[in-house]
Amino acid sequence: MNFDTLNLSKSMRRLLLLLLILPMALLVMGIYGGLMQAFFRAGIVTSDPFVGGEYYRGLTLHGVINALVFTTFFAVAFGHAVVSKSLNMALNERWAWISGILMIVGTVMTALTIFAGVADVLYTFYPPLQANVFFYVGLVLVVVGSWIAFFTWIPPYLKWRKENPDKKTPLAVVGIFATFIVWFIASIAVAVEILVLIIPWVLGWVDGINAMLARTLFWMFGHPLVYFWLLPVYVMYYTMMPRLAGGKLYSDTAGRLVFFMFIIFSIPVGTHHQFMDPGISGEWKLIQAFFTFMVALPSLITAFTLAASLEYAGKQRGGKGLFGWMFKLPYFDSNRWLFAYFITGLFLFIFGGISGIINASYQMNAIVHNTAWLPGHFHMTVAGPVILGMLGMSLYMVAKLTGKKIRMKKMVTAVPYIYSVGLLMMSWGLMRGGLQGMPRRTNTGLTYSNPDSALYRADWQLFTDVVVVGAVIMFVAMVIFFAAFFLTLAYRKAEAPSLSFGWTESVHESSGPIRWLHNFRPWVITAVVLIAITYAPVIYDVTTTGYSTSPRFGPESPSPRLNPSPQSEQVVPPEVRSEEDLDSRAEQLPLDFE
Amino acid sequence: MDKSEGLALGLSGALLLIFFAAIMYASTARGIDVPKCITDPDPFERGQLIEHAEDRYELQMIARMWSFQPGSIEIPVGSELEIYLRATDIIHGFKIEGTNVNMMAVPGSINYQRLRFNEPGTYPLVCHEYCGVGHHNMRGEIVVTES
Ligand code: HEM
Ligand SMILES: [Cu+2]
Ligand SMILES: [Cu+2]
Repeated sequence: MNFDTLNLSKSMRRLLLLLLILPMALLVMGIYGGLMQAFFRAGIVTSDPFVGGEYYRGLTLHGVINALVFTTFFAVAFGHAVVSKSLNMALNERWAWISGILMIVGTVMTALTIFAGVADVLYTFYPPLQANVFFYVGLVLVVVGSWIAFFTWIPPYLKWRKENPDKKTPLAVVGIFATFIVWFIASIAVAVEILVLIIPWVLGWVDGINAMLARTLFWMFGHPLVYFWLLPVYVMYYTMMPRLAGGKLYSDTAGRLVFFMFIIFSIPVGTHHQFMDPGISGEWKLIQAFFTFMVALPSLITAFTLAASLEYAGKQRGGKGLFGWMFKLPYFDSNRWLFAYFITGLFLFIFGGISGIINASYQMNAIVHNTAWLPGHFHMTVAGPVILGMLGMSLYMVAKLTGKKIRMKKMVTAVPYIYSVGLLMMSWGLMRGGLQGMPRRTNTGLTYSNPDSALYRADWQLFTDVVVVGAVIMFVAMVIFFAAFFLTLAYRKAEAPSLSFGWTESVHESSGPIRWLHNFRPWVITAVVLIAITYAPVIYDVTTTGYSTSPRFGPESPSPRLNPSPQSEQVVPPEVRSEEDLDSRAEQLPLDFE
Repeated sequence: MDKSEGLALGLSGALLLIFFAAIMYASTARGIDVPKCITDPDPFERGQLIEHAEDRYELQMIARMWSFQPGSIEIPVGSELEIYLRATDIIHGFKIEGTNVNMMAVPGSINYQRLRFNEPGTYPLVCHEYCGVGHHNMRGEIVVTES
């Protein structure tokens, strides 16, 4: 009877539960941190004893836990489940456990350094700001652990291919492999940043670090990271949502094309985070801006395919006319509660995507770069579709894996709607404030939104206040979710544990494998070539154009830590230049602005 | 791939191409661009405003924990300001509100932007990259005076 034991042993089930429940417990802290940030920024609180009173410590925790740890653990657990279920093959359990343990040890290590107050560097840890060495070691362990998980999926996949020469690889497996191929290639960059540049410098083996090079390697990883968050959720959208909605996927081929496009276009775009940086030529920035537009294409295809799938579902359910189908979808059906997590995420992603294209628009980035607009934008991506899909799927998997009945189902169904209302308010506040110059990553409560400060900005107050209202609503939704999640776990099991996903069928589907959408190799090779072409000049620029490297700094003082270099006090007399000399500068920039 | 799908794909591609063409137009015909890579200026040790001509100023701006140096400058309306930006400790941000000037100050490289101030007024500039415990205090201003 137990089909399930065929591919999911007891020990594997335990591992998956660990990988899903542990980060959920951490996320409680991360979400609490988010609420506090909103309070801090509006000046409602000025100290939070939970994280040692510090705004920037809380923000580090929020970024690391929510964006790096939770998402990586989820992707690994989901990947284990999808690969073993849909290929119906057992994974190498020993290595799966080794991977899980590495990730847990790494997370604990990094979290301890943050709590100990020796890593107030935010989740981007830009040198020359320096954290305790274990902060970086912990991150590397998490990354290496996730690589090992990926490696355990390759042998079963190759075996399956051999045994099924005429079958298409299941779409979900294509999606998960695309996710982890992007992740693997991209995280090599951050591994190099940490192992080659940062750790020797933190330990004092070398005196200086090239800040621009480190930053460039970080973003070579940091942008593909966002697709690593997004793609597991795309897997759910393509392979589960249409069926939940009562229909079919509009096109299986489109899904495959989308995942393959992400492999080639996810990485050669990271420099769009550095449009405003020195030391990189404009042409290279422009090329990466171009590829950033290319990587928007698979998401636009996805928008079309999913809308078409939902239309199909709505019509199956009796929807009439051009828009009638929209009103027939199971928005509030608590038997299909997972649908609510998907549809709200998709809706939020419309705004996340539009604001993302604005950010990507090269010179337009000057208006929004590093203002509060940015967190406004990415909460509608990573804290929108990504987190909602991951929360929903975590609850689904945990309930299935333990054989427990989901508690508070009506509330669970309402959570994503409540959360979305709050999120839209918070993002509006952040984005609108950002357009008016309000900076991100800033404890505005002490200065800009403090009426007693000389820096007070009355015109930003409305925005920080709207952010508070939005954040409180989001927080309430999350508290309901956590309550339902842990309550579900607290009850006794109701049935035999068994994990299954309701895979979707397709309306349009090729009968057999399409050759160019069947193998990863050509796409991976293309990706590597594109990365080489787009990144070689950028890396060349940042390694050759700098005038010096940097010693280590802590967040608490403007003097470097250890071996400080004597600052020369020489005053260079101003040199008055002639008109011709002034005009000779090759980079003539616009003088006027509107 | 069926017909509507092909159409959607084509339209999406066309939309993105139009966006990109707009970027190219702004960059080439209008000269609105992002900071370029410059290597010729030597790293200056102190921030200062230099008047080269009546309406041409050069600002050598130092960003450091947690102030801009000079913190406030005054120039007459209509002047052209060339800004060289250098960070002496860690990474800082530099955005002049209400203008297109937005730069990262990264130690080891000098950033550069140039613009003309056609409207009198006070332009706040804010450090928008986290730079340690005093980051939220790091602000400066450019005062453009009526001549
Ligand atoms: C109740 C829910 C949440 C609230 C109220 C919240 C609030 C905030 C606020 C106000 C900021 C801006 C801080 C600043 O720039 O000064 C922020 C930053 C951020 N949030 Fe959230 N957030 C929430 C959930 C999430 C989730 C679920 C994720 C990711 C999965 C997330 C990821 C991030 C990231 C990556 C940053 C940027 C951190 C940085 O700039 O270093 N947040 N959050
Ligand atoms: Cu990006
Ligand atoms: Cu700062």
